[in-house]
Amino acid sequence: MNQLLVLQAEQVTVDFDGFVAVNQMSLSLEEGELRFLIGPNGAGKTTMLDMMCGKTKPTGGKIIYRDLVGVEHDVTRMKEHAIAELGIGRKFQAPSIFGSLTVYENMELAMRQSHSIWTQLRAKRTIEEQTKIMSKLDLVGLAGQANVRAGGLSHGQKQWLEIGMILIEEPRLLLFDEPVAGMTDAETEKTGHLLKEIAKTASVVVVEHDMDFVRAFANKVTVMHEGKFLFEGTMDEVSKDARVREVYLGKGKERDAVGSGK
Amino acid sequence: MEVILDKKRSKQRMIFYGFALLFLVVMPFVLSEFRLDLLTKFLAYALVAIGVDLIWGYTGILSLGQGVFFGLGAYCFAMYLKLESTGGKLPDFMEWSGVTSLPWWWKMFGYAPIAIILAILIPVLLAWFLGAVTFRNRIKGAYFSILTQALVIIVYTLFIGQQGYTGGTNGITNFFTVFGFSLMDPDVKLVIYFITVAFVVLAYVLCRRLVNSRFGNVLQAVRDGENRLRFFGYNPATYQTFVFCVSAALSAIGGMLFVLNVGIISPSMMYIVPSIEMVLWVAIGGRGTLIGAIVGAVLINSAKSLFSEAYPDQWSYFLGLLFVVVVVFLPQGLYGWLKQRSASWKWMNRSVKKEVALDESVIGAPSGASDR
Amino acid sequence: MEVYLLHLFNSLSLGSILLMIGLGLAITFGLMGVINMAHGEFIMVGAYSTYVVQKTFMDYLPKSWFDSYFIVSLPIAFVMAALFGYLLERVLIRHLYNRPLDSLLATWGVGLMLQQLARTIFGAPNVAVTSPAWLDGGLTVMEGLVMPYKRLFIIAMVIITLTSMWYYIYRSAAGRRMRAVMQNRNMASCMGISTRRVDAMTFAIGSGVAGLAGSALTLIGPIGPSIGTYYIVDSFMVVVLGGVGKLIGTIFGAFGIGFANTVFEAWSTASIGKVLVFLCIVAFLQWRPTGFVKMRSRSLDS
Repeated sequence: MNQLLVLQAEQVTVDFDGFVAVNQMSLSLEEGELRFLIGPNGAGKTTMLDMMCGKTKPTGGKIIYRDLVGVEHDVTRMKEHAIAELGIGRKFQAPSIFGSLTVYENMELAMRQSHSIWTQLRAKRTIEEQTKIMSKLDLVGLAGQANVRAGGLSHGQKQWLEIGMILIEEPRLLLFDEPVAGMTDAETEKTGHLLKEIAKTASVVVVEHDMDFVRAFANKVTVMHEGKFLFEGTMDEVSKDARVREVYLGKGKERDAVGSGK
Repeated sequence: MEVILDKKRSKQRMIFYGFALLFLVVMPFVLSEFRLDLLTKFLAYALVAIGVDLIWGYTGILSLGQGVFFGLGAYCFAMYLKLESTGGKLPDFMEWSGVTSLPWWWKMFGYAPIAIILAILIPVLLAWFLGAVTFRNRIKGAYFSILTQALVIIVYTLFIGQQGYTGGTNGITNFFTVFGFSLMDPDVKLVIYFITVAFVVLAYVLCRRLVNSRFGNVLQAVRDGENRLRFFGYNPATYQTFVFCVSAALSAIGGMLFVLNVGIISPSMMYIVPSIEMVLWVAIGGRGTLIGAIVGAVLINSAKSLFSEAYPDQWSYFLGLLFVVVVVFLPQGLYGWLKQRSASWKWMNRSVKKEVALDESVIGAPSGASDR
Repeated sequence: MEVYLLHLFNSLSLGSILLMIGLGLAITFGLMGVINMAHGEFIMVGAYSTYVVQKTFMDYLPKSWFDSYFIVSLPIAFVMAALFGYLLERVLIRHLYNRPLDSLLATWGVGLMLQQLARTIFGAPNVAVTSPAWLDGGLTVMEGLVMPYKRLFIIAMVIITLTSMWYYIYRSAAGRRMRAVMQNRNMASCMGISTRRVDAMTFAIGSGVAGLAGSALTLIGPIGPSIGTYYIVDSFMVVVLGGVGKLIGTIFGAFGIGFANTVFEAWSTASIGKVLVFLCIVAFLQWRPTGFVKMRSRSLDS
């Protein structure tokens, strides 16, 4: 595998009882890249993310992840928690945080650390940890809510908390599923800049429907259609490509749907 | 403001602890011998309840098999007590069912330290085995509950079937001394009471530290969304198995103290109804609060003994009704109810309601939040 | 040779009984996902209904009519159990969808009350139901192998119930509505299906089938208030082992357990046999945690 790559999916296929969600899909991701994955509904984008973090196991193909010291792992053969420990973090579409813990405790849980029972039993709060957690909470605008039970946060705040949790997990590869869905324009803007910021030290894959957002922040875009690879390139190239236009518009329609959202 | 609130709360808590301890110390001088015996029994049950609360209240796993661990602990210790009373000779029930010599594994239980260690080790190993084969494969929720109930049935059948070694339906009984002291002596009973109190206090303090630690937060995260937790690098199965073992150990200790106090253990005491009653104690006291578990165990059993003295047949109706009412109307138990009605009623109520509404809106999320 | 055939017949017979008690659960638990611990008590309701019908025939109707009581009792057992199920769904379970463990505890409480109710009405001791004369005796296949008519009748009953259920679920309009609701509640509701009514009806039918099972059990032996406790875990095991959602899985689960139970009990004692069956189930779940029928889908998130 190329030394610059952090992840390479080779010919992966998922068959859900006869419904082929992803078909012979390949994808390579370079270190420090911010990649957008787009496509119409049912194109298999989320399923791709699910396979990278181990939530779904492919029925064919493999996904190779290269860790910090260059060792290659086939994540399709690993359990979710082991994949997470390798440094792959996942943000789900619906905010999923731990409702009965406080915001601070949620962050503490997500923080990069040993996950063994023994360590967790003996864990003490330290000043360094506290500073780190508070600075990340500051970043996502939840510093004032540190001691609030996370279940009581608003929908938007939960989204931000989960983003904060992903950040403090310090993964090398972050997988975002529609991070700006339901966000205000200002929040969308903030998320975009945050993603760019993260991509300076880690690799990011973003599944997104909001084409304005993709246009504003994407360098490289991969288009999927009906579970298959369709096109890869810059946003300009993508919106000019005839096949992509056809997929988004259907035959004989002229309107530029790629430009106007999903 | 947080800090002030915290201080006020911890002061309230200290006052509560003071009263609770005072209550436990004064009781022997207030209650009759008969009632004190009952209280000792209920406190032994409270240990079981703490275990149920750890696994169900905090970790969200409903085990209907705690009675088995309770029973195994009780049986192991009863075997020692039996051998002490026969002086190491063949127990009466073996003779009746045609067993002519004491099996080697029975002999081991003639030594108190071994018997006590095995009384905890055997239930813990069984819990570890069941936990390892279920949680690792993500068999959980109702599936796990059903499997634990199946465990109850087979252990029950096994203990009745192997009459020569277990005493069958009658169980193991007819022992009168422990370490040479008469179990009938009121002073010995008093000592047993205080030993039981000591175990409950110790278990409470240790478990309190456990659930307040970061480990405790992981347990609650397993309950709220074990699937989400995996993607942060935790393996829920190891945590679930560990807590299951801890709860088994607590049940086993409860069983040992029970047999010391009551003087008999039989299969019916670890069958389906007692096992599920253990869950009810916690449900009524307030799941996810250790003090609720203890209070629930003592309260329900007191009610049961008073109630059954007056109307023995009606207890089943009452018990069944309690299950329905508590689950539907008081899911947080008495503790949660009192908390809601306490001085900070308005504030609590508002945040609780808000939380419920929001949690329901994200049921589609990859979490087991609804699996409570 | 006869011994093996006898074992085979016995496993088939036990399997058919397990299937009979598991079929109702295959609907309420398998399709609807409701954990109903009072299911065993619905079996009891069916059994006592049969007992009451038998007693009525014996005490009030001409002797020559007696042999037909069992046929009469089947629909009555079904309706009685279905009625209890309908009530339970409307009053309690409706509020506990999405809270499976709480519904387990609450329905267990209901089961306990029903047991006590039976004790109050019929008394604590078991009662025996006299089977109709035409089910006495058996079919002699060869020397040492007699198939009792009662067992054969239960096997036939299972086949008829299974066929009607299959037809209802997969071929009738009501069944189509039911499957629509179970698969996608919101969508079905948008299409104008009253999901509440479908839920209640489905649950009632599942409970009714438990009543039929109760009727069948009166042929095997005496019945008592706690007969449900005896069968409830077995029937859950059948569905868990078979895998939820498809009838074929339930059939596999029932005959699998029936076979294992017969063989182990023949090898060892009844109590050791039960332990071995349990270990086998646990071992099987290691291989297939979701049961025999494997459903691979995205929506199956748990």
